[in-house]
Amino acid sequence: MSGRGAPGPRCGLLLALLLALGALPRARGVEEQSGGASQGFQVVSFKWHHVKDPYIIALWILVASLAKIGFHLSHKVTSVVPESALLIVLGLVLGGIVWAADHIASFTLTPTVFFFYLLPPIVLDAGYFMPNRLFFGNLGTILLYAVVGTVWNAATTGLSLYGVFLSGLMGDLKVGLLDFLLFGSLIAAVDPVAVLAVFEEVHVNEVLFIIVFGESLLNDAVTVVLYNVFESFVTLGGDKVTGVDCVKGIVSFFVVSLGGTLVGVVFAFLLSLVTRFTKHVRIIEPGFVFVISYLSYLTSEMLSLSAILAITFCGICCQKYVKANISEQSATTVRYTMKMLASGAETIIFMFLGISAVNPRIWKWNTAFVLLTLVFISVYRAIGVVLQTWVLNRYRMVQLEIIDQVVMSYGGLRGAVAFALVVLLDEQKVKERNLFVSTTIIVVFFTVVFQGLTIKPLVQWLKVKRSQHREPKLNEKLHGRAFDHILSAIEDISGQIGHNYLRDKWSNFDRKFLSKILMRRSAQKSRDRILNVFHELNLKDAISYVAEGERRGSLAFIRSPSTDNMVNVDFSTPRPSTVEASVSYLLRENVSAVCLDMQSLEQRRRSIRDTEDMATHHTLQQYLYKPRQEYKHLYSRHELTPNEDEKQDKEIFHRTMRKRLESFKSAKLGINQNKKAAKLYKRERAQKRRNSSIPNGKLPMESPVHNFTIKEKDPEEAPDYGAEMGGGIEFLANVTQDTTATDSPSGDTGSDVPLTGRSSPPAAEKPPLPARSQWPHAPSPAPPAEGPPTEGPPAEAPPAEAPPTAPPDREPGAGPERRGLPGAHARSAAARRVHSRRSFQRPRARRRPALLKLSSLPPSCHAPPHALEQEETPL
Amino acid sequence: MIRSEPPALLTGSFSQASLLRLYHRFRALDRNKKGYLSRMDLQQIGALAVNPLGERIIDSFFPDGNLRLDFPGFVRVLAHFRPIDDEDPGIRDPKEPEPLNSRMNKLRFAFQLYDLDRDGKISRHEMLQVLRLMVGVQVTEEQLESIADRTVQEADEDGDGAVSFLEFTKSLEKMDIEQKMSIRILK
Repeated sequence: MSGRGAPGPRCGLLLALLLALGALPRARGVEEQSGGASQGFQVVSFKWHHVKDPYIIALWILVASLAKIGFHLSHKVTSVVPESALLIVLGLVLGGIVWAADHIASFTLTPTVFFFYLLPPIVLDAGYFMPNRLFFGNLGTILLYAVVGTVWNAATTGLSLYGVFLSGLMGDLKVGLLDFLLFGSLIAAVDPVAVLAVFEEVHVNEVLFIIVFGESLLNDAVTVVLYNVFESFVTLGGDKVTGVDCVKGIVSFFVVSLGGTLVGVVFAFLLSLVTRFTKHVRIIEPGFVFVISYLSYLTSEMLSLSAILAITFCGICCQKYVKANISEQSATTVRYTMKMLASGAETIIFMFLGISAVNPRIWKWNTAFVLLTLVFISVYRAIGVVLQTWVLNRYRMVQLEIIDQVVMSYGGLRGAVAFALVVLLDEQKVKERNLFVSTTIIVVFFTVVFQGLTIKPLVQWLKVKRSQHREPKLNEKLHGRAFDHILSAIEDISGQIGHNYLRDKWSNFDRKFLSKILMRRSAQKSRDRILNVFHELNLKDAISYVAEGERRGSLAFIRSPSTDNMVNVDFSTPRPSTVEASVSYLLRENVSAVCLDMQSLEQRRRSIRDTEDMATHHTLQQYLYKPRQEYKHLYSRHELTPNEDEKQDKEIFHRTMRKRLESFKSAKLGINQNKKAAKLYKRERAQKRRNSSIPNGKLPMESPVHNFTIKEKDPEEAPDYGAEMGGGIEFLANVTQDTTATDSPSGDTGSDVPLTGRSSPPAAEKPPLPARSQWPHAPSPAPPAEGPPTEGPPAEAPPAEAPPTAPPDREPGAGPERRGLPGAHARSAAARRVHSRRSFQRPRARRRPALLKLSSLPPSCHAPPHALEQEETPL
Repeated sequence: MIRSEPPALLTGSFSQASLLRLYHRFRALDRNKKGYLSRMDLQQIGALAVNPLGERIIDSFFPDGNLRLDFPGFVRVLAHFRPIDDEDPGIRDPKEPEPLNSRMNKLRFAFQLYDLDRDGKISRHEMLQVLRLMVGVQVTEEQLESIADRTVQEADEDGDGAVSFLEFTKSLEKMDIEQKMSIRILK
């Protein structure tokens, strides 16, 4: 029915396709007859039989994909009804049509197709994009739910059903205890496909998500074992099962699960190793990822181990190394292909679940059995969750609260795995197979459609109940957001969620051995923490900056606000390019900006206070940086990483690095550069803004440098680069961008620093200094250095803020137009340095010149960079 | 005010397991096994570099211009973010100083992030600085100033153009600070 929700043409198209599908088998019959009759050469022949199978498959895929387009045409429908439910309903409709046309259920979801072709991409996708850190952080909990929970569900459901059967409520069925247990075991497992499909649309917190999701992936081992054990027991016959068999069953659980995991890890190792050497065959790089992962699945299937576990762990383990090894394009290809396959497979699975249900031959109804199964699986799931959570909460750092438990119980969806398993049953051995099949179908439909439909309102309702809604005040909004940031920072410092000791150990091992074997050498290098590199570079900049000054005989040029050359160039002289900068900008920058703004503000306030208020709220709402938890990207089957976060990260990173550099300098030189930094920052803001409207709006001072670098060295990066400013920091940002682009989608891979990446930042080179010529010469009368060198707590206050410890008489004396300059100067030095550094694409082999230069420093400045890195000591 | 607390009270407030965990964390952050943390150690935490308030938080770990952060100091700051136990108030002796994780102390911690000059007031200028940190570059300086003005005005009751700690707490009295400024893992 939902298909009808889409506009007419598409619906018509679907119908036409379907009719064609229904009619094709008959056409085939006709063709074969005529083909047999004529012997001579035919110019055109209609060989339906020849292409029949792939053709039908392709058509079905097309239908499913078109249906998906159809659903998303109506946003209203998809926001309420989960796609999986829509697909099932569509499947039912399509199945009905096919049935009406053909009276044979010609298309069903066969276990072979499901297990060999549809399931692997979905599970691989889940593994490859698994937020590893989150997953391993909650591994204990996940395992408990997956193992104990599934066994509990299977046992209680099977036994309860058997109990009810004994009471005679179900009438006469040809089943024994083992059949019930078999049924219980296949209906017990929460299904990864269904869970993901629904949870993706319900936004729950990440811990809850990973627990339910992880459980659904890992419980496969239990399901497989239970299923196999009980099936063989049923085959043996109830009376012949011995205690030894039971023990064997338990042993086989460990073999199946650990074996499956091992197979996955081994193949992940292979895969990582292979991708290390694909440098010259870039084009087939992505292929390896899929083929080798798929082989892991097939191998463990062959060894009758848990195939799902194998491919999951293959994905989980290889992601870090593969992402580091393969080229960026390949990584993108892998990402998109994987999402496409998984998403497509999911679509087909749900549609065929619907279609498969339209087959009267498999239906056998037993009201009591069906209803009781539904009741039992829901109730026991809930009980199981509550019991296990109670145990877990005594050990967990992050407690699972009532609302989490409700969602977890309610989110126990059953899906296609159960269906495929039940279809696999042999009618000869399990007499009531059809009853089991129909019950499973009902259960799957009920959980996916009904629970899937209601879980979202349920979550919302529970949340709304917990916090009453109220329009927050400005203060609350601002401080509230600040608190979020504070909290996430403290979390980072305190090491978030447990397991840090183990994680540190592991990352040590990884760095020392695994990465060395599995990663390209270039990737290894660039995986060094980017921050470290930046820090190093920045320190070097600062040091050599001082060194330059010393060489010129005085540090005064830094301290003095009268770097007049710059001043003149920058502001005072009438600029040829004033057109670019708006008058108001100049005013704001040079004269008393605050005053002007205040006046205009006053006026506006008098007139349109309310609108202003709203606008303010709106601005805050829109532009306040989001705290990490809010935007942290989780696994999503249908979406790839959003870019917003990268931008935000970049901006903040920008600022932080700049501040650290400034703060280093001020500590180093004993100057309080805060005012300048603040000013500088202000200008940056204005600059960025103007750039968005005026494409060419660079500060004149900046442009020669930019142009120089861009034209000469860096043509390919010019477009986005020239538009911004900010020198070294920008370089940092660029690298970060690279990093996030290549590395981010899965969340970080277990190290503390999410900013690790593979784009090798150009190493520090002391360039032949194109900048040097532009450096201001120390002005003749060096004004007295302001304040003692140790003035203020060095490096304590971030320099972008001007702490009132700064002597107030400093700036006024300097005159407004001078203010921005020392900062600008400092930046431009660093900027040029980095510019020129960037422009040399040859990495490495550069340390030496820097050190040489260092050696020319006077003793007071002669701190080797590594010493400085460890600790900042103001001189 | 942080210094005045007896250390026994502090260690007592964390559970043994948490202390051990924090100690491991402390050791892991301490790269050269110096036995203390420097600013640089904290700056190496990647997530802090993309946290708009990251630098200020780091500053708060190094009060009074200290350059070294020892383990007690580390724990002392983190203790602000311990969740408030339900049982606590009943047992506590009223004469003892308020625990670090009380609502007031949580607020005070936040307040000090704003109040850079430690004069007990958030001036318009200080507010503006925080705003600058927290808002994307798309917002103009005028807008920022306007927002800062509004924020200060909204909270400012005595009309001195700055937000005192009292006014700060008042403006946030409806907010669930206890929950918002607590990390569940810090027990």
